[in-house]
Formats: sequence, structure tokens, C-alpha cells
Amino acid sequence: MQLSGSEALIKSLEMEGVDTIFGLPGGCILPAYDPLIDSAIRHILVRHEQGAGHMAEGYAHVTGRPGVAMVTSGPAATNIVTPLCDAFMDSIPLVVITGQVPVSAIGTDAFQECDTIGITRSVTKHNELITSAQDIPRAVREAFHIATTGRPGPVLLDIPKDIIDRRNPNSVMEWHWPDDADVLAGLPGYRPITRGDPRKIREAAEFILRAERPVIYAGGGILKARAAETLHELAELCGVHVVTTLMARGAFPDSHPLCLGMPGMHGNYTAVTAMQRSDLLVALGSRFDDRITGKVDSFAPDAKVIHVDIDPAEIGKVRRPDVPIVGDCRLVIEELVEVMKELLADGAAFPDRSGWQQTIAGWQETNPLAYVPAEPGDSLKPQFVLEQLRDNNPDDCIVVSGVGQHQMWASQYWHFERPYTWVNSGGLGTMGFAVPAAIGAKVGRPDSTVWAVDGDGCFQMTAQELVTAAAERIPVKIAILNNAYLGMVRQWQEMFYGERYSEVYLSPDLPDYKMWAEAMGCVGMRVDSPEEVAVAIQKANEINDRPVVIDFRTDAAEKVYPMVAPGNSNDDIITDPGLRRGIE
Amino acid sequence: MSASPDDITHHILSVLVENKAGVLARVSGLFARRGFNIISLAVAPTEDEHFSRITIAVDVASAPLDQVTEQLFKLISVVSITELDPRHAVERELLLVTVEAPPAVRPQILALVDEFVGRVLDEGEDRLTLSVEGHPDKLDGCAERLEPFGIVELQRTGRVALPKLDNVVDPRLHQV
Repeated sequence: MQLSGSEALIKSLEMEGVDTIFGLPGGCILPAYDPLIDSAIRHILVRHEQGAGHMAEGYAHVTGRPGVAMVTSGPAATNIVTPLCDAFMDSIPLVVITGQVPVSAIGTDAFQECDTIGITRSVTKHNELITSAQDIPRAVREAFHIATTGRPGPVLLDIPKDIIDRRNPNSVMEWHWPDDADVLAGLPGYRPITRGDPRKIREAAEFILRAERPVIYAGGGILKARAAETLHELAELCGVHVVTTLMARGAFPDSHPLCLGMPGMHGNYTAVTAMQRSDLLVALGSRFDDRITGKVDSFAPDAKVIHVDIDPAEIGKVRRPDVPIVGDCRLVIEELVEVMKELLADGAAFPDRSGWQQTIAGWQETNPLAYVPAEPGDSLKPQFVLEQLRDNNPDDCIVVSGVGQHQMWASQYWHFERPYTWVNSGGLGTMGFAVPAAIGAKVGRPDSTVWAVDGDGCFQMTAQELVTAAAERIPVKIAILNNAYLGMVRQWQEMFYGERYSEVYLSPDLPDYKMWAEAMGCVGMRVDSPEEVAVAIQKANEINDRPVVIDFRTDAAEKVYPMVAPGNSNDDIITDPGLRRGIE
Repeated sequence: MSASPDDITHHILSVLVENKAGVLARVSGLFARRGFNIISLAVAPTEDEHFSRITIAVDVASAPLDQVTEQLFKLISVVSITELDPRHAVERELLLVTVEAPPAVRPQILALVDEFVGRVLDEGEDRLTLSVEGHPDKLDGCAERLEPFGIVELQRTGRVALPKLDNVVDPRLHQV
């Protein structure tokens, strides 16, 4: 069967099971948009290519399937660099297709030409310039294979216009869909290790059996490996407490007695301190990020480390493990559970950990997550808004955040009970992530309520995608915690720059968020007082034919606590001084 | 986890890569991005046209060798990495040099060529172009000895290496 390159491209995407493409057409990618008219694939027309990338990420986060974005060459390709980098840092499977100038024009500085492959090389797991129409199905299959296996990540395919342009003889190809053997043969250097070394797994089990103060340090790899259930089994079988990093919120239910919540720079006191005092860290799909470890030299000084990761380069990158295990988290934990059961059946037993458990319970009692409530007439406390959002939504509600104070409060105050209900930009810290990622999440999981918790600074970066959401009838809900500041920067200037505020004020009223929302086809609301909060949330939850934006006016002086100041040891965790005053 | 004694400042990675466009850029970009220092780098096709071999001398003071090889191995186009401890490898490099050689000093230079088992490739009235092959340390010595005569131009290929045949410690192999 002879096809044009553009038909082969769309057919290849169909063969990969793609149901949605987020994109925006333009000169060089034009030929691919023609056969799209006849395809069952849904295309969502974004207003900016960055939006396409983040939507694809949101989609991938909640479905586990690769997100697909398609944009043109030059400025469109550079606009999607940020989502590629974001997905690379957070190991999100994406396949991004960019148009390119015709093969014969490459290197001539043609209109809308840029070196997309060169620019995106360091922010993708892999990228490829396809130079022949005949290669399209192979390149697409390989891209999906690479994006979704091993440590997931973004893959970019750069496609010159002539090889997909039906009118150009270069675009004629004989259709052939490669099989698994073809893919393996085409990628001789790519063989991810998924099964852990059985001897190391047995060694890990023995370490856990001996540990008196063990903590499971669960990272985003748990979610990527679909390992939440098996993590649950391991934690309960061994009676080991679990911390869930920013990328792993929801991987272990917050309501579980063994759950300690989020560790790190803004983690809760017990999660941070339990890791510091532990004698064994069981790192599962986590990467000892600087926001977790604080000062590395003084991080968990007495702990032996078991490190399970599918990426061999993560093992020993920051902290040399005592038991390194390269493998898929789910497969390794399943194996570990089996070995542990055998050992227990043979008479092995855990040491008495009641002292440790009491210590943890004591920390939880004396250092709960808390804030100073607002006085009557004051601005809303952002934490209060989060509590109200949480209490007025079901467990399967998906929460999406941007980056900054609101992100930390959302992660702290939401009770995550299920995996894949939390979507945020962890590694790259991309402001403006929330609105488009929420749209992508809602497309992927249309039956779930999707709330974006955003800051006013973040919202202004990508809000135009609400036009996309309104036009496409994607009813996401956006809660702006509007404190009129770049809040996290303001917090650092207050704490570390002697309250010298430099370029952080944004104004609560410019823009007028309610009017802006309405101009974009959304329902807009503004909430100033505590008693209106729940009412507005419930009203928003009843609206399902368009997006809703609520402008919550929050207290600009509120800071995120607890906090480990940058460069400090996790031992020096600071709790809210306002609360301490309250106690005294 | 090969701990190097202090006197070893470099290791040699023999990297088999797919012979595709941009592979060298991927490898060199990775080194730049992660702050790994390259001492020398040589690329050439292999007996199989689908693959090329990149021989990289890595400064092991700049980063732990494990990190370098693991990050390198993540590149999809990298097929295998053979890690060579210089104590258990044969290393060779080629040096081409044009040197000032007026008749008065020419015999001295030719004597040097003999000493280093080099060859005269080209002769001008006042200059000679020479080639010398050998261990990089030997080439350093040769260049130093030629320096006083006046070096007009000098080029080196970067080293290539293979494991010694009666290796005490096997080179670590990452094979697919």
C-alpha cells in the first residue's frame, strides 16, 4: 500500500493507539494536518505551543499513556522546549512532533528554520530528524517505545515538510508497520534493565529485617512503574513508614497509619526528621534531589541506603547506596515482597520497633502541619482555601498545580488517597504549568473533577489556554491563590534578603481575573471572605459545560512552613514562628 | 566501582555507537552538560558500517567514572562501552608536525626522527613535516624536544586504545 508521508504519520499515530493530539498547525507541519481531518484522533487546538506540551504532560501524568503534541518548525519548536525539559526532568512520556523545513533547505537559514534537534538534544530522552518518508512508521514506533519504557521521557521527531507533502514525490512511501523484532533491531543500544538482581533483592530484604528505624522513601518512579499497590503491600508486610516525595504524592494514601507525607524543603516535620534519624532508607524510584536531602553531607547520617531505580545513572549519583538495585520498581518490590514472605515464613522476625513508632507518633503530635488562622476581616489564608477545596471534593479529584507557594500548600494540605490524582512540575519548577496541564489531565480523565490550584503569577503565564478549554468544552476548574505577589520569591526576599522586596509585586486587581476569565469563555468568580469559600467551590463543582476560575484573595504575608533553608541541614528545619508564639 | 589510585588521572572509554547523524554531538554535548572533562577524543568507523567507535580519554578528577559511563550509556545511540584502565591498555596516537629545519640544524632533527622512530613526510627548503606514532606520553616528549627548533604547526589525532592481551584485571564491559 502506497501512502504519502503525512498519511503514514497519522496512521502510525493511530497504530500506537493515540486518541488525542495537542497541537497548533503552521507552515512546515501543514501537510500532516490534512489527513488529520479524516482521522478519529481528537486534535486540541492550543493557543500557544507551550500549552500543547504541558497539556500532553497532564494527559500522560493521569493516564500513564504517552502525551502527544504536534507543532510546526522554528518558533513553534522553540516554544515547546520548556515542556520537553519539564517532561525530561519529571520522567513524563511524551512524543512531540515538530515540522521542519524541506530536507534540501536544511542548513540554509530558511524561513522558520531552527536546529530543533540540536536545541532539544539535551532536554529529550531521544530525538530524531526523519529524512525519508519510508522511515516514518519505524521512527514513530521507536519514539513510543523509547518514551514509555525504561525511565520514561520525552522523545521528539523532527519531520521535514517535503517528506510529508503529498504533492512532493519525496513523500511517497510503501506502508510497513514494524514489529517488535524490527524495533529491537533498530535500537541496538537500548535495552532497559527491568528485573532486579535477585541476590541484591535478598540482601535488601535482610537489611529491612535488621533495621530498627527504617523509612521507605517513595519517589515518582513508584507511579511511573504502576507500583502503588505493591508498595502498599511491602509497607504493611514490613510495618515500615513511608514518605511520599512531591512527585509521589498519592502513591501511598495519606490516611494510612504508616504514611508520613511529604519530606523535603517544605516537607512536614515528621517526614523530614524520620528520614534524618532513620537507620535504613529504602529509596524506591526516588533520586535524592537537593530539595529532599538539604545539605547532602548531613542528610540521614546514620542511614544505610537501599536504592531501587530503573535508571542506573541515578544509583550513586548523589548518595552511594549500600544495596544498589537497578530495575523496574514494581517488579523489584514484588520480588522483594516474595523474598520477605519466605524469610518470615522461615522464622525471621523484625526487631522491636515500638520505640521508633512512639518517637514518630510523638513528632506527629507535637509538630503537626498547621497555620495561624485568619483574624476576622483579614485576607484569606491560602491553607484554609486548600482545606476547603479538599473537603468539598471527592478522593478521585485530580489536583494540578503550578510552581511556588501554592504548589507547596497544595501538596501539604491535600489528602492524597489515590495514585495519579496529583499533577505538578517538580524537577524543572515550571511556572505556568497548571492551567494547560489541568486541561490535558481533564482530557485524559474526563470523568474526574480536575482542579488546578494556581498562583496569580503562574496563571498569567499560560492563562490563554483557558480559551482552548472553553472552545473545546473541557470543564477544568482553576483556583487562583491571588496574593498579588510572586509569593515564593517574596518569601525568600523576606527571609534571606532582609525584607528587601525586589520586583515581586504583581497587584491583586491588574488584571481583573474575573473579567479575564469571562472574556475567555469561563465562569469567573471572586472570593474575599472565609464564609464564601466553600460556597464558591460547590458552585464551581456544579458547572460542567465550561471552565471556572475563582480568584481567591489570599494573605500576601503568609509563608510556607516548615522550611529547610537552602544549603542547610534537614536538622535545622524551621516551623512557623507564628505558631510558636501561639503556643507560648 | 573502580577506585583509581591517585596517580591515574584519566581513563579511556571505548564507546561503540550507532553510525548515525549527530551521534558525536550527543556524546560531546553530554560531557559538556554534565561537566565531565574530555582529555582527547577520536572517532572512526569500525569493521561494521552500522557502527563507529569513539575513544575518549576522560579526566577522572572531574567526575566519578561510574557517573560518566552510566550517563553515556543512557544515550540511545550508544551500544556498548568498554572501560580501559590505562595500566591495562595499549594506547597509541599519531602526531604530525611541521618544524623549522634550515640546513644547519636539519641533521639534528633527522636524528630526533630516528630516535622517536618517526618519518619525514614532506621536505621544504627550510622546513620538514614529520610524523611520529606512539604512546601519548612519548609524543609529548617528542614535541618538547622539537620545540627549540621552532614548531610551525602541530596536530595530534587523540588516542586510540585496546585492552592488553594478558590483562590482570579485565576491563569492565557493558555489553548489550
